Amino acid sequence: MDTNQTNNIPKDAVYAESNIPLLQLNDLCKCYPGMGTYMSVFHMNLIIPRGRIIGLLGPNGCGKTTLIKMINGLLAPTSGNVLINGMSPCPATKKVISYLPERTYLDNGMKVSQMVEYFADFYEDFSTEKAYGMLGALGISSDARLKTLSKGTKEKVQLILVMSRQADLYILDEPIAGVDPAARDYILRTIITNYNPGSTIILSTHLISDIENVLDDVIFMKNGSLMLYTSVDSIRSQMGKSVDTYFREVYAC
Amino acid sequence: MAWQMNSDRPIYSQLYDKILIRIVCGIYKAGNRLPSVRELAAEASVNPNTMQRAFSELEHSGLIVTQRNSGRVVTEDLTKIEEAKHQLALAQVNSFFANMRELGYNDHEILELVKSIIQ
Repeated sequence: MDTNQTNNIPKDAVYAESNIPLLQLNDLCKCYPGMGTYMSVFHMNLIIPRGRIIGLLGPNGCGKTTLIKMINGLLAPTSGNVLINGMSPCPATKKVISYLPERTYLDNGMKVSQMVEYFADFYEDFSTEKAYGMLGALGISSDARLKTLSKGTKEKVQLILVMSRQADLYILDEPIAGVDPAARDYILRTIITNYNPGSTIILSTHLISDIENVLDDVIFMKNGSLMLYTSVDSIRSQMGKSVDTYFREVYAC
Repeated sequence: MAWQMNSDRPIYSQLYDKILIRIVCGIYKAGNRLPSVRELAAEASVNPNTMQRAFSELEHSGLIVTQRNSGRVVTEDLTKIEEAKHQLALAQVNSFFANMRELGYNDHEILELVKSIIQ
């Protein structure tokens, strides 16, 4: 595996000396009740550094969302633990994680502008200016109520809200699935340009070829286990193929 | 518009080639400042860390130089740029010949064909 990738990892000044990883999974397991001995997440060990854009990839039902929910403290692990900046999931860790869930959780009756206010009120690291900048660029009216927006536009609004925070860790669960290709490009460009060298973005997606050029590293999961954690360029140089092609081979049905 | 990338080669080395071509064609002139990593990463729609790596490799081959005050500039060593241009041209010719041979042409026929097109 690529040993180079650990060389130029930018570290947040605060944690640079303490050497605490941004995210650490220790022997993490999750078994849902009634599933017998089947483990949705099976003994995952992982250390995620700062300053990376990481794709969390794997076929449907391989445990990506379960893993993400445990990192966000929405599910309790069966065994093992999650540490964010050295802390278990708690209100303090929610402050440093900006999370885009797979499903919408916003009030359908609210206007876009009300949601911006709501987020600005809730998160002290939220930038109203950034949010309106992105809404404007994507031509989304701030007077529109959420229920009047299409599925793709709703997804854009949510992603804008999540990306307008200045968090240490962004966790995006299927962020671009319902978004048209032109807006997808804009969103990816926004992610790159707003990229704060001290923060890390983890995003799960099936649209690998769309995001491949933006990723530093990829995590491949299979049946709840970690299969591979390496850099995009090391897959390309060692296998001579894109991550998208490699994925199709590894998970061929 | 994002830069077009091939799927089978590391992205940083493709970025390297694309920036190199811009230097050779004089889009980035000898001694002039290059755009920042972040600007160019946004233009190409790639990860800034990857762009950084392409820049480091260009620096390693001496085609760009980091100056303390003015950031990254293209080398003023014109022979170095000429040499890079020559290498690129050789690669083009070699791949042309390889493709033509695959079609069943011998070197003489290839040359004749090229001459007939030039006239």
